[in-house]
Formats: sequence, structure tokens, C-alpha cells
Amino acid sequence: MTNTWMDIKNSDVIVIMGGNAAEAHPCGFKWVTEAKAHNKAKLIVVDPRFTRSASVADYYCPIRPGTDIAFLGGVINYLLSNDLIQKEYVLNFTNAAYIVKPEFGFKDGLFTGYDEVKRDYDKSSWDYEIGEDGFAKVDMTLQDPRCVYQLMKQHYSRYTPELVERICGSPKEKFLKVAEYMASTSKPDKAMTSMYALGWTQHSKGAQNIRTMAMVQLLLGNIGVRGGGMNALRGHSNIQGLTDVGLMSHLMPGYLNMPTQKEPDLATYMSSRGFKPLRPGQTSYWQNYKKFFVSFQKSIFGKAATAENDWAYNYLPKLDVTYDILRAFDLMYNGKMNGYICQGFNPLMSFPNKAKNLQALAKLKWLVVMDPLQTETARFWENHGEFNDSKPEEIQTEVFELPTTSFAEDEGSLTNSSRWLQWHWPGQEPPYETKTDIDIMAEIFLRLKTMYVNEGGAFPDPILNLTWNYQTPHAPTPEELAKELNGRVLEDITDPADPTKIILAAGKQLDGFAQLTDDGKTACGCWIYSGCFTDAGNQMARRDTTDPGGTGLAPKWTWAWPANRRILYNRASADVAGKPWAPQKPLIQWNGSRWVGFDVPDYGPTIKPEQSVGPFIMQQEGVARLFARTGMREGPFPEHYEPMEAPIANLMSPAIKGNPVARMFKGDREALGSAEKFPIVATTYRLTEHFHYWSKHVLPNAVMQPEFFVEMSEQLAAEKGIKIGGWVKVSSNRGFVKAKAVVTKRLQPLKVDGKVQHVIGIPIHWGFTGAAKKGYGVNVLGPVVGDANSETPEFKAYLVDVEPTTPPVTEPAVASVSSSKKQQG
Amino acid sequence: MELDRRSFLKAGGGAALASSMAVLGFGEDQKALAQAVRPFKLARTTETRNTCPYCSVSCGILMYSLGDKSKNAKQEVIHIEGDPDHPVNRGTLCPKGAGLLDFVHSKTRTKYPLHRKPGSDKWERVSWDFALDRITKLMKEDRDKNFVATNPEGVTVNRWLTTGMLAASATTNETAFMTWKTVRSLGMVVFDNQARV
Amino acid sequence: MATYQSLDLRRRSATTEPPPSVRGTAVEVAKLIDVSKCIGCKACQVACLEWNNLKEEVGVNVGVYDNPHDLTEHTWTLMRYTEWVNPDGNLEWLIRKDGCMHCDDPGCLKACPSPGAIVQYQNGIVDFVSENCIGCGYCVKGCPFNIPRISNVDRKAYKCTLCSDRVAVGQAPACAKACPTQAIYFGSKEDMIEHAQGRIEDLKERGFANAGLYNPEGVGGTHVMYVLHHNDQPQLYAGLPNKPQIADTVALWKGIFKPLSLGGIALAGVIAFIHYITAGPNEVTEEDVEHAKALTGGRDVS
Repeated sequence: MTNTWMDIKNSDVIVIMGGNAAEAHPCGFKWVTEAKAHNKAKLIVVDPRFTRSASVADYYCPIRPGTDIAFLGGVINYLLSNDLIQKEYVLNFTNAAYIVKPEFGFKDGLFTGYDEVKRDYDKSSWDYEIGEDGFAKVDMTLQDPRCVYQLMKQHYSRYTPELVERICGSPKEKFLKVAEYMASTSKPDKAMTSMYALGWTQHSKGAQNIRTMAMVQLLLGNIGVRGGGMNALRGHSNIQGLTDVGLMSHLMPGYLNMPTQKEPDLATYMSSRGFKPLRPGQTSYWQNYKKFFVSFQKSIFGKAATAENDWAYNYLPKLDVTYDILRAFDLMYNGKMNGYICQGFNPLMSFPNKAKNLQALAKLKWLVVMDPLQTETARFWENHGEFNDSKPEEIQTEVFELPTTSFAEDEGSLTNSSRWLQWHWPGQEPPYETKTDIDIMAEIFLRLKTMYVNEGGAFPDPILNLTWNYQTPHAPTPEELAKELNGRVLEDITDPADPTKIILAAGKQLDGFAQLTDDGKTACGCWIYSGCFTDAGNQMARRDTTDPGGTGLAPKWTWAWPANRRILYNRASADVAGKPWAPQKPLIQWNGSRWVGFDVPDYGPTIKPEQSVGPFIMQQEGVARLFARTGMREGPFPEHYEPMEAPIANLMSPAIKGNPVARMFKGDREALGSAEKFPIVATTYRLTEHFHYWSKHVLPNAVMQPEFFVEMSEQLAAEKGIKIGGWVKVSSNRGFVKAKAVVTKRLQPLKVDGKVQHVIGIPIHWGFTGAAKKGYGVNVLGPVVGDANSETPEFKAYLVDVEPTTPPVTEPAVASVSSSKKQQG
Repeated sequence: MELDRRSFLKAGGGAALASSMAVLGFGEDQKALAQAVRPFKLARTTETRNTCPYCSVSCGILMYSLGDKSKNAKQEVIHIEGDPDHPVNRGTLCPKGAGLLDFVHSKTRTKYPLHRKPGSDKWERVSWDFALDRITKLMKEDRDKNFVATNPEGVTVNRWLTTGMLAASATTNETAFMTWKTVRSLGMVVFDNQARV
Repeated sequence: MATYQSLDLRRRSATTEPPPSVRGTAVEVAKLIDVSKCIGCKACQVACLEWNNLKEEVGVNVGVYDNPHDLTEHTWTLMRYTEWVNPDGNLEWLIRKDGCMHCDDPGCLKACPSPGAIVQYQNGIVDFVSENCIGCGYCVKGCPFNIPRISNVDRKAYKCTLCSDRVAVGQAPACAKACPTQAIYFGSKEDMIEHAQGRIEDLKERGFANAGLYNPEGVGGTHVMYVLHHNDQPQLYAGLPNKPQIADTVALWKGIFKPLSLGGIALAGVIAFIHYITAGPNEVTEEDVEHAKALTGGRDVS
């Protein structure tokens, strides 16, 4: 989220599209009801289903799954052709005026540079024209036909309301009504917030779905302001934190990138990370990249990281490709992996094509699952009849299930979707023989280290030199680790003007990332978290609820990254001269000598407005990108592409099938189904009563939604002879599931390109362990294809067929725990 | 005796009988009150602040435990509700958060290290030492055998591809950092988390 | 200072003597359920189970979101979902939290023959005292909202207590505290009525011309009230009675009960009564079902 949950109360228009906040984030959704009750806000819901969010909305518009870019492209067209944009904001705070290279173009659904064999682009034409001064050329009149504004206008002129209706199945008048609501916030003092989650990410072009709305928000001047923003509601309690700390194949903590094999040394690695400003005087904060990187290396490798050895650059593994989980299971499936450790995750049920996942796990030599609950993944080898038809005697995988503590017995911080690091405390001792994840990881590491000390082995250097200054080595405390994340001064840092004067003494906890250096004198585990645990104590444990001005920022409640800033890009809340766009809702403003206000400025605190430094300080341009010169694999402007399995051809560019740059593995492409055999669109989702595959272990939640079901319209049920509460079989080209039928008016057949299109909804929460009724894994059905940028699986739009069926046959589990504790080995 | 309730009600005799019952309860108002109201079950429990582990709203919760943290009283969480101080949830909880107590005490929590041998159809309970010794032995064997120091072009890559890890999504940042450090120091690259789903 | 925690009794079932009333410090409480803000998340249902230590059975899906499918001795509150296409042709998903209405003039209490098995506090809460309950089921008949349920295990009647144990120590009921969207609000009845007026104005501005407060006079008003977008048609909301009233039979019972002299007690009669209660039938007759259906707007009550 760019903003806070409470800040939603300041919104004038709230758009829930690509999410279902009332069901997935009910306590955050409270601030929507507050905005409606106290700010006369209007809630708009665009969703294939009439959700519980829709039940309290002022306006609901249906949409076919997987067509959000067409819908929002239509909104961009509406805003531009009716001139309903926040002009001053667009002109000064976005790259609308930037001139694009003459080579750049778009034809038949593809941008310049496409390579059909590689399914990738040569992106060199997607850039600005650079002037003789070395900076990007701009035309502040926006008249140049090669400026971003004109190119964008031309690109989206194709997205007419009529075409939106044909593609999306959203009735034209409803689409226009939604566009009108959104456009009402182009007034400088009005704000719209966008609340989205997996409804936008789980597509083969999920990142572009989000980008399209970000463009709408920029055109309306809604980024950086109170009540505005792009608010990714996010999933698990600490998925924000796990991503911040870089637990992804291609990441290091603080959104630094893992080096690749094309970057054999630090100089090469840094050569593409200079982040030279593209306009005069811009901040381009990533210019500090090396400080973050070196301080990180010092943090984890200590004295072993020196200037001479490129700060132990060789200790980091070098990637050839990204090893996301889809690739991991493909490698496993192809027999290329031997061991796998799941630390609280249930991939058997969570990733597409359960049958493939099952076979993949069965090819491992060993599997370790650490979890507080008995997951299906740990028990993939058990036979549960139709729900998990494994043959234990044929599965040679050695499996461990390690019991971990739950939240109730654990201490530490979680980062919520508003980027708040919140500390929590244990309320009971670890029950039974459970251990914390920290202790398990420490014990695994120390055992390995001992073996490498005693026996040697492959490249032991990073293992032997890993910083391990914990008082109790096999049980580091959360405080010790949090202090590492924050970072500290390793050697005295002196005043450049007066070397006798120590500015920062060795041993001091850093106050923030501004103190980091690239000469090895500072250590910091995660630069964006610097400031969370200073010499003033654990900032994440702060519990001061004061909220000056009733802004909904609560600046002294725990701690937010970066630098305790609560609304990102908040410089954009004020006009060029530094006066708030919305005088009734000021955030920060220029007082003649510095930026002051309710939030920590996302800007140099004394940069004068007349210096023309852009508010988007992380960007080399200093402004936001309506035209994305880097970062997106599909192109600089989002373009409508059909899902990989779609009921119709792409009406805008019929030759293009699916996302032209989405990655597919061998065998997975062949497993795609056709609309002839599978004419119904399916979309999967969560119910408010459940959380993924955990809450089915929790009795009251099992009571609230006890059994796997699918939802469909009355018309489809009548067509297929399906009775309410009866059993149905849902099939895709990859398999089938059986579920109860919920027949409802909340799903309506859509009119897509003039023809009736049925859509069914499939909630995901059941499996073969826990307190709820056993059920099929929904991931039997979905295609193995990820978003082209993030590899998030396309669970929100694929093809199925549905028919009435008989109840599933479920054999009792054959596995059991042997009663006596048996010591092995 | 098949006596319809309604006819019973209508019968004057029934009414008389019933009012005789009333006499038995006569004048016992205070006792009645004591009976009626369940004692407030949280009195003198220990309150601990925590965060809901489910979604990323991360609502504040209060856990109420038996025992006052004195040495001889075993702490056990007996109730969980919303933290009224928390700026986002302000004491409220959703159906998942409201049911957290039954997560803590779920019948299907993992309790002991379990081991399943190749081809077996059952778990066997093992000690932590057995589990960790065996796991780390398997890891080292695989790493030493399959570690890639240089790629075919001779570039130093120092990566380990044959063992992978999926990090969690509800563990703490501190756990995350511990995990990152240990996993990457081994050169592991098949490493991901749940952000994608 | 007036307080709503006071649990001084206002009345008891099958008891003639007036309770002590001099103190009179109680403020009447109310729970306001704003159906227009309800997102049907069932947090209230779970909070109720957890606070009251109730273990409900895991059921099955029968094709709807209502789980369990009816109130039970464990499920004292239940979300009921209705899909309604309004005259404009737009779908409305009306979600009502069902449970005890805590009538000011409680039919259950009036029907109850067991002394002190049902009590009403001065703050308006109607509570069942299980120790005194004889499981006769009269409260079920007496209730115009079809709320109490008799346990198959201990043959006692159960329903929402409005968390009298929480209210007694100055806490809101568990469901009200949990509700993520303030669709459940708790306070003095006076404050709740005032708050409801603001909500109704907002709804009218948003096009719900018949928005209003459901606080039915037929039962003397209730201590659980609804804000409805369509207050002209309460029955839309899963059969909420349009004009609930205490059943005639209960009124009659009350009528003949009062003038009876306490002098004519026959011990044998008491024994016979107890015998009937413990050994006698507890089935609901068809006539009863019909009657209950009429009261609940046709919804199945069996």
C-alpha cells in the first residue's frame, strides 16, 4: 500500500477491482465504511461476482475475468478524450511531456522489438530521446506527437466503450458510470483510492493490470495524496516483510537484486546500477545502491567482506535464471532436484496443477516441512481416496515434519500491507515439542557449519564466515536479529571537514539509511528497515496511538518503512509551489524554508519548490512513468491480452494468443484447453470465513464454511441440470474436482462479443487435513503459467466445463503415527 | 400421558401448578442474579499483545492466558480478542481472527518431529536431534555433490541448485533474515516465498 | 450516575414478587445491527462461539452461505443471506444477523413456567438461567422471532445472552466488539436510536427511501434493533417478522396466572408437574410449527 488503512477514510471514491476487501481484509475494509459514513464516499466494485464487497457498494459493475486492462484502458480513453485529468499534476509530476525515441512504435498488438522465438522484447526503442545535455527531451506543451501524452492518447483511443463492452461483458452504461465516478476525482481536492489484491496479480499479465490502474491514478492526480494511492492489500500477515527482506529467488534484502552470472564482479554488477538522473537536479535515490549493498555484505559476512575482495561478492550465488516456485516444481518434476524445505507453506495445494506437484514431490529424495499445522504437503504421500490418490509404497521420498511454534508462542515483527513493522510478544510457552523457526534454522546452520569445519566440503567460505554474533548461538533472539536488520556503525565515521571529529561512533545502532556508507564502515541487514531498532530502542514496539490532525497516519504507532513514512510520494500531495492540492486535507507543504506537515516528507526536507525536483525521488526522472521505459516485459503501455485460456480471440489484435511474453514450460503449454471443449470461464478466490489452507484446521472456521463448493448462475445450473446443493464435477484440460453447487443470482451470465458467456467461481480452501470436510484441491484445475513479470500463477481466469455428478469416494487415511516414540539412526 | 402443551397451558390447574413453582423461587432475587450471570472469564488472566497471523492487515490482538507468569503456573492462552488500541482494527476482528484461539489449540497442530521413511505408509515419531542430524547430513551430501562453483563459461557462480527452499509468509522479519542468511550462505538459489499466491 | 452494567433484575419467569427496584440506576442497553453496513463476514458468529465456549458441529454445504443452516443450542447468532432483485432490476444481497432480539416485553419469559429460568435485567437484557430451565420448550413457543433452541443433550433452552457477563463488567457483547464494519454497535438504547437516525439519513441520501429502524412495538420495542434499507419490508430479510407480537396463548397464560392465589399450592401438583416436564413429550406439534411459520414469515422452523 502507498497509504495506510486508516487513510482510506479520507477517500471520496473507493474502487475495489482486482480484490474483495470486505471478504479478504474485513478489518481494513472498516475504513471504507468509515469513508462512506463520514466522508460521503462512494464505493465502486468491479468484479466478475457480486461479492460481499459489492453487497455494500454504491455501484457494482460485472466484468469477465482477465479483461481488466481492456476495462481500465477504456477508462484512460474516457479521461483523455473528455479531458478529465488533473492537468497540473500530470504535466509536472509524470513523464507525460517526455519525448519518446522515434524508433518506438506499436502495431498489431505488439510493441517494437518483439522476438517471437524468445517470446521477449529488445527494449532499446522503449526510451526517451536524449538531448545534447545528456538529459531526456521534454515538451511541456504536450503538443509534440512523440511525447508520452500524445502516444498514450493514441494508444488508448482504440479502447472505446463499445469495445470494452464486447471484451469485458460489462454493459456500456455501467462501464461509463464507473468511469464517471473515477473521473470525479480529477479535481485537485478529490481523491480516489484503488484497493486490489490477488484479483489483479493472479493473471498472466497481473503486473500490467496494476500498472493500468496506476496510470489512471496518476492521470487523476491521486498518488501521494490523502485518500488516494495504489493500495495492494497483500496476502499473508508478513508477505510484505518476507519480500522486503528479499526471500525470493532474485532478491536481496531491501529490493537489491541477486547478481547474475552475467555480472561476474562487483564493478560489472554496479555498472547497470548507476541510476544517473534523467533530468537536471533529480534525486534518483537509487544512486545510493552501493551503500546499501556494501553495508549488507558487511552485515552478513563481517570482516570477511573487504574492499579488496569486492565485499565478498563471490560469496553470493550467481543466478542464470530466476528460480521461482513454478520453476522449482518443474525442476523437481523433471528429476533435477533432490531436497526441498518448506518453511510454513503448502505448495501441494497452492500452486497450479496439483497432479504435477504431487509427482514432483514424489521424485524428491527428501522433503522437510516446518509448520505449526499438519499440511497436505507434508502428507502428500498419504492416500485419501479421491482427494489424494497417492500410493505410499511407490513413493521413495523421505519426509520430515518439524513442529513449529505458532504466532501465540512467537516474538518478533511482522510488516503489514501499510509497511508497518509491528512487534508482538508470546502469550504461552511453546507447546509439545514445537520450536521456533529461528531456532530450527540456527540449529540446521550450526550443524552444517560444524560439519564443514570438521570435514571440509564444497566452497565452505561463506558458511564459515557468516556473521554469527549471537549470545546463544543455537537460539538467536528476535532482538538480536532485529538489530542486525537495522544496522550499526562498524568503525568511527568522522566529519569530512574535520577528521578529528567523530560523527558516528563505532557500535552505534544506525538512526536510518541516510547514515549508510559504501566504504565498509556501516553494516545493515536491510536498508529500508534501517531505523526500526535504534539506540532509542525498539521502534517497532511503539504503541503510541496519537494521530495529530486525525489524518489516519498514527505516526508513533510501531514503525513504518521507509524512515517511518506513512504515505509514499507525499511530496505529490502539494502543487508545484508546495501548497496542498486539497487545503482541507493537507499532508506536507513548503513553509518557506522546509517541508512540514503530518508525515515524514518523501523528499529532501529543504529542497525548495523552485528547484523543480520531482516528487518520485526513486525514479531517475523524478516523475512517475505513464510510459514505462524499463521494468515491464510486455511493453511501456499496458495492452489488453486475453488470458492464456480464453473463451474468445483477442478482439483488438486477433493474431495474439494470450500474453506474448508469458513463460510456459514444456508440457504446460500442451495442457492448455480450448473453448470448444471447455466453454466456461472459471475464477478462483478466497472466502471471508477462511484463510488459504490454514483455517480449515480451526473448528469455528470449519463450521462457518464446512465444505468445498463452486458458485454458478441460475441460468447455467438450469442449462446443465444442476441442483442447488447437489454435487458437480468441474473439469479443465488438466483434471477435475467434485464440489457442492451453490446456485446464485450473484453470478450472472455475461454478454461477451454478443454471445452468452458463463462464469463460475471456485473458492480454494479445502484439502485432506484439518477440521473441515475433506475436499479436492482446486489447483487440480489451473494452468501452469505465471505473470510475465512476477510468475504469479494465472488462477483468476481459465477454462472449464461443469456437469452434475455423484459424491466423491473418500477412503480413510491409511497413515498414522506409530504410538511409541522410536529413536532412529 | 400425552398432554399437548397448549392445552396444558390453557388448563387452569396447570397454571396453578406453575404458580406453585413460582413460590419456590420466591424472594430469591439475589441468588437468581448470581445464577444468571456467568462470571467474567478474563478476570485476572494475563494479557499479551500480539498480531493476527493471517492477512496483511495485521490486526492487533490481545491474548488472555491462564496464570500470572509466576513460576508454578503454566501459561496457556484461553481467549483471544481484538486490541482496541490498534489503529487499524480498533478491537475488531474478522471471522478468522475471532477464531484464533482454536488455531492455537487446533487438534491438527504439529506436535513432535515426525519421520516418514521411503515407501512407508506411516509417520514415526523421532527426536529433534535425530531429525536435525539426518536433515543436515542429507543437505551436506547433496551440496557437496552438486555444488556448481563455475558455469561452463568459467564464471564463478557458487550456486547450489539441487536443494531448494520455500520460505514462509507469516514468520517474523527476524526469522526471514535468519533464513536468508543461512540459505544464501549455502549458495542456494531455488528459493522463493508465498508472495506469488 | 446511570450505568448499563447493572444487572439488577427487572423480572423473572413464573415469579410474582416484584424485584427490588429502588436503586433504579440502570440505563437500558441496545445492540444496533446496521444491515446496510454488514458484510456478512460471520465474525460475530465466531466471536459468539469463542466467547461463550460453544463447540458447534462441522456441517455440510447445502448450496447456500448460511452455516450452520439454522440457530442451534450452540449457534446463538447466525448470518442469514437473501438475494433480492430490487424493482430497478439490481441485485441486493441482504444479510441479516439473526439472534435474540431481547424484547422489552419478552414472550419467552412470559411463557416460561419455571421460576427464574428466564430473567430480564433492568438494562433490558433477557437471559436464560440454565440451572432453572426444565426444557419444556414454552419459550420457543412464546418467542415471536423463533430464537430459543433446546439442547438434545441436556434438554435445556439456549439463546444469546447479549453477553450479560461482559456487559456486567462494562464490556460490549463479543459480537459487537468483533464486528469489523461497525454494523454492530452497542450502547444505551437512547444512543443507539440516535445513531440509527444518522445512518437512516445517509441511506436515504443514497437512494434507500424506506430506510428505517426496526424496533417493533408489538413486543414493547427490542434491545436488539436493526437499521434496514427497506424498513417497509422487514420480511425481505430472511423472514424478519413484519409485526411481531407475543402469541395469544402466552398472553392468556399471563392473564390467568396473575390473579391466582399463592395459598392454594398443592405439593402433589408440583410433583405431577415435574413429572410431566421430565417425562412428558417435548415434540413440537404440527400446529405449533404452523404457528411459528406464520410468525417467522414462512421460514422453515423445524
